Amino acid sequence: MPKISRKTVVTVLLYVGAVVIAPLFSKAPFYRHVLIMVGLYGLLGVAWNIMGGYTGLYSFGQSAFFGIGAYTSTMMLVKAGVSPWIGMLCGGILAAIVAAGVAYPTSRLRGPYFTIASQAFARTFQILMTNWDYVEGAIGIPLPLMPDTWRFMQFKDKIPYHIIIFGLLGIAILVCYYIANSRTGYYFRAIRDSEQVASALGINTVRQRIIAAMLSAFFTAIAGTFYAQYVLYIDPESVTHHALSIEIVMVAAVGGAGTIWGPVLGAAILMPISQYARAALGGAGRGIDLIIYGVIIMVIALVRPTGILGFFQRERTIEGEGGDDVDTTITAGTGSDDAVRGALGQS
Amino acid sequence: MLVNVGLVQALMSGLLMGFVYSLIALGLSLIYGVMDVVNFAHGEFLMLGMFLAYWFSVLFRLDPLIAIFIIIPVLFLVGVGIYKGLIKRILNGTRISQILTTFGLSVFMANMAMFLWTPNYRLAERHLTSTTGDLSIFGVYLGVPELIASVGSILVFAFAYYLIRFTRTGRAIQATSIDSEGARLVGINIDNIYAITFGLGISCVGAAGVLLATFYYIFPYVGTFFSMIAFATVALGGFGSVEGSFVAGILIGIIESLGGFFISPAVKYAIVFMTYMVVIILRPATGLFGW
Repeated sequence: MPKISRKTVVTVLLYVGAVVIAPLFSKAPFYRHVLIMVGLYGLLGVAWNIMGGYTGLYSFGQSAFFGIGAYTSTMMLVKAGVSPWIGMLCGGILAAIVAAGVAYPTSRLRGPYFTIASQAFARTFQILMTNWDYVEGAIGIPLPLMPDTWRFMQFKDKIPYHIIIFGLLGIAILVCYYIANSRTGYYFRAIRDSEQVASALGINTVRQRIIAAMLSAFFTAIAGTFYAQYVLYIDPESVTHHALSIEIVMVAAVGGAGTIWGPVLGAAILMPISQYARAALGGAGRGIDLIIYGVIIMVIALVRPTGILGFFQRERTIEGEGGDDVDTTITAGTGSDDAVRGALGQS
Repeated sequence: MLVNVGLVQALMSGLLMGFVYSLIALGLSLIYGVMDVVNFAHGEFLMLGMFLAYWFSVLFRLDPLIAIFIIIPVLFLVGVGIYKGLIKRILNGTRISQILTTFGLSVFMANMAMFLWTPNYRLAERHLTSTTGDLSIFGVYLGVPELIASVGSILVFAFAYYLIRFTRTGRAIQATSIDSEGARLVGINIDNIYAITFGLGISCVGAAGVLLATFYYIFPYVGTFFSMIAFATVALGGFGSVEGSFVAGILIGIIESLGGFFISPAVKYAIVFMTYMVVIILRPATGLFGW
């Protein structure tokens, strides 16, 4: 358990302060919608980061887990009237189980092979959902309108949604903090830096990879339930689409994979771009946000693969989290030594 | 007997599509084998080939079968340009920067097409071969456009194979693929070889796009789907294997159509992707034909 330092307290206060103040700048629903999207994608990015940033498994198939979350809670609500809060938890657990089922057979795959396999998995999942009549297939499910209550997570106003999503994001960040500084976090980074070395040191890499996949899928599914409750309509096209997986990777990679705040920063930069571009250009500007994303991601990958946060980190590593990827020249040596020592419990 | 005719029909149409898949996979496999880069934007070059065929047919009234002789060199130059401007910089980069760069390129290209050419579905018009009908051989119907596309794919594949196996440059490409340092030592200009390989890979997939353009719907996101098919094919054939791509393309085409025939056309791609998952899990990095 990491010590609760003054820095942690300040960070928590800053986060809570920013979350409370942000919606006060404007009463416009669209502005508040953009903030909620920042929270939602921040959560998705943080979840992706557990796998992609810390463990080095670049999943391009997280949309499947998002879909599991959205569909589980929605089906429970529609068929049995169960509160989405319970549905959210069930969706998260179900997604984690599925993730374990996928992570185990793919545990020998690395780098691009893992990326492609995750993509194939998500696409298969989308095709199956589109053709599964019990969940209304391609038609999609409108959520039944419930009274404006916390119990059914439905509100006319945007503020409760704002509170919920940033609350969930806060929890995810806390979990990330905890993992990053725990033995598990060192295992994850050791696997990222060199799976062979990690394995040679006696780390059960398969098990650690499964844990990372489960944690990541859990939070992704929770975001899926939130999305369903917020938009009140789901179909395979909106909650399991490949483009969603792409956006998740972008958010994390742009902000800084392997850092705790990177994905949140990425969401805070990219979501306003995409939301305002879509609103301003309408149908004529279809795809313009993704054109900008594409350029940003190429520039970042070429100039500094550690993301925007990497510009500030340079050679220093904050609280033992090497933001750099395995082969980066700058911190490669120190980063992996650090991770290996941590894994051995000698730090 | 009726079932058998249906089965033969499915096998034949799978085979025809399989040749096109082979050509798409060849480009991806070649780039990976020589440069060790997985091109996540592969399908987007197919999309580009399709749109070029479309615009040539609309603006200049050129049949795709003629336009292909212009489009292949154009795409070769596009490939060389993208290598010089982008890919060259990531060759010594990290895996994540390689994945993200080609991936960013794919997002950029698909959405640029969306922005410029709208998400409408299109088809390239034929001007040479006005026949759209079917060819009947012993009761098995083969679509003429599909037949042309697969024969065209075989020809382009054979030409690429000839270039790689039997020309001086091709031998240099092979040498680089086996050992780039060794190739450099014997005086091969690695940078040029990489540029040529990338251009060649892009031309192959673009040519497949041109051949598909007369019967497969053209839209900006068509590439992401074909990228997946290409990954599946290359994984099956073994990354970097030219012959493997050929056989695996045919296999994927047949698996797809048999899946559609025996189970349901709606889930045929799910079956392709599942086959891919099984292969990559059982034999990661080597495929069915590698060792």
